[in-house]
Amino acid sequence: MTLRNSQLTFLQHVQNLFAGLGKYPIEWIRELGAVAIFFISSLVYIFSYPFQIRKIVDQIHFIGAKSLFVITLTGAFTGMVLGLQGYYTLVKFGSEGLLGVAVSLTLIRELGPVFTAIMIVGRAGSAMAAEIGIMRISEQVDALQTMDINPIRFIISPKVAAAIISFPLLTAVFDVVGIYGGYLTGCVLLGINPGAYFSRIELNVMMDDITGGFIKSIVFAVVVVTICCYQGYFVHMREEGFGARGVSLATTSAVVISSVLILVVDYVLTSFLL
Amino acid sequence: MATPLIQFEKVEKTFGSNRILKQVDIQLFQGEITAIIGKSGMGKSVLLRHIIGLLRPDSGRVLFQGRPLLKMKREELRIFREKVSYVFQGNALFDSMTVYENVAMPLIERTRLSKKEIQDKVREKLEQLELYKVDDQYPSQISGGMKKRVALARALVTDPEIILFDEPTTGLDPIRKHAVHHMISDYQKRFGFTGIIVSHAIPDIFYISQRILMLDEGNIIFDGTPGEIQKEKNPTVQEFIKGLKSGQDHVNGMALQQTEGEKRFHEEMDRLERYNIPFSIILLTIENMDEISLRIGHMAAQTVMKDFSTHVQKHLRIIDSCSRFELSKLMVILSGSNLERAKIVCTRLSIELSRIEIAGDNPFSDFCFSISAGFIGVGKGDQLADLIASAEKKKDMRYEFRVC
Repeated sequence: MTLRNSQLTFLQHVQNLFAGLGKYPIEWIRELGAVAIFFISSLVYIFSYPFQIRKIVDQIHFIGAKSLFVITLTGAFTGMVLGLQGYYTLVKFGSEGLLGVAVSLTLIRELGPVFTAIMIVGRAGSAMAAEIGIMRISEQVDALQTMDINPIRFIISPKVAAAIISFPLLTAVFDVVGIYGGYLTGCVLLGINPGAYFSRIELNVMMDDITGGFIKSIVFAVVVVTICCYQGYFVHMREEGFGARGVSLATTSAVVISSVLILVVDYVLTSFLL
Repeated sequence: MATPLIQFEKVEKTFGSNRILKQVDIQLFQGEITAIIGKSGMGKSVLLRHIIGLLRPDSGRVLFQGRPLLKMKREELRIFREKVSYVFQGNALFDSMTVYENVAMPLIERTRLSKKEIQDKVREKLEQLELYKVDDQYPSQISGGMKKRVALARALVTDPEIILFDEPTTGLDPIRKHAVHHMISDYQKRFGFTGIIVSHAIPDIFYISQRILMLDEGNIIFDGTPGEIQKEKNPTVQEFIKGLKSGQDHVNGMALQQTEGEKRFHEEMDRLERYNIPFSIILLTIENMDEISLRIGHMAAQTVMKDFSTHVQKHLRIIDSCSRFELSKLMVILSGSNLERAKIVCTRLSIELSRIEIAGDNPFSDFCFSISAGFIGVGKGDQLADLIASAEKKKDMRYEFRVC
């Protein structure tokens, strides 16, 4: 009898172990599926009639136009510091003429898309998560449903469309401002020949580099907007906090998850694009 | 019996380990106002949410005109939702949109009306609900009562056939509460929608609903007319509708107050039974309350009614009381007076009151109250509802007069 009992408990232990192991991946996969469905439906509703042009333009203004100042500022300083660091490294090998190429390729292929995305997460992504979260907890999302207005189409789709349009444009601004930032430190402060700086850029930056950068920025747009909207939209499903606390947690995880995912996805994309 | 408009069949709903609805069977009929009452947290709102499909039952079915909601095709569901409006407990107004945009929203998104048509409809509803000059304000800039009315306007703007109200009067002052009830009842008479109201406003809700359902511990423990619920023997129902008697209800703030008049009646009845001190009642009914509300609006009508009751009080002795009863009646309790004196007072009141100028106190000067007054003496053990009914019936003891 005792033997049987101990066997049972042993079996149960094993079962619990596997259940514990399996629980998280299953939840993970379920969540991933939910996120994918969320994104795809919001994407499909962008093209459903009647088009929500006005709302998309409003969102482009919010995500895009209003981020312009921050993007210009960060772009300029990123370029300037790249110029500075690059100069002191390259001068050791006597190849400071390559500074333009170094700065521009770093910006166009890596830092432009990544920094832009992270800046927009901080500025617009958190705002999106909080806004949608508050709409959810104050029953505004339910109200839309009772009026037979699809909340995903009404709230999420315009944001997705606006993000996909704004991210590449902001990345382009970041790149250009950054290159001039590098010029400022490299040529104006440290005395590199401006002709060499720009002509090397012209010779070495290929169209593939630029397309690669744009592909990244579009993928980042999708990641950021989906994660931030998803966190806000399902704020009521959180187990660890409700109401205002739920919204604050949703905003935090929206920012953290999308920032981390930007870097992870960046690595994956780079390995494919190279 | 007619097919119910909405029907619940053995609906079960559990949240976590909390069984909220247990095999609930209810039928709701067209053109009726049904009130769902019950203690807080007993699943009244959950019930309401099942009707519109915001929640799905774990088991059982919700049927609309005999068709299960879950089996409806998209188009059917769209048509069903078009007919239904929902007024949320917390209003659920879109806080980043103006009042006008909020009310116009269902029309803009769901209909193909032109801008002008939408504008006309929205303005009409805002005016009907006495929302002037708030078009461009945001929900956070207006008062609680106004928000409620904006939410009502938004629900009414699509001319729905069914309106679900989730505690429409919670958090409103007594005048506005009366006004909202009167408005719901009046709109129901005019447009004939089917209303389902979750409410704590007892007994006021009884005056405007044709049916009462009481939900307790996930079961429907009462289903019947407002008249029947007063006579219901079930102790839980009795305790609930007379709520305030148990001290506990006072503590948790959930007490469902007896009206001032009812309290006074019970005090007098106590004196009659103990010391044989007689008392009598005069009932003043404002016959044209609906017409007045239509003319000057519900809120104003309720205010005028209140002013009028103050006037009546001035013509009484200090020990007599005058209180609101139902939506369009005043009940005067004459302490220590027998039927003879009640008759004298009633005659005097009808003469004196017809001389006062109620209209002078307010900006709406062009209407009169048509009042009928009846009086009755009270015997030991009489029930208030019976007395009121007989006071209304006795035609030979009535005075009719106008106050302008």
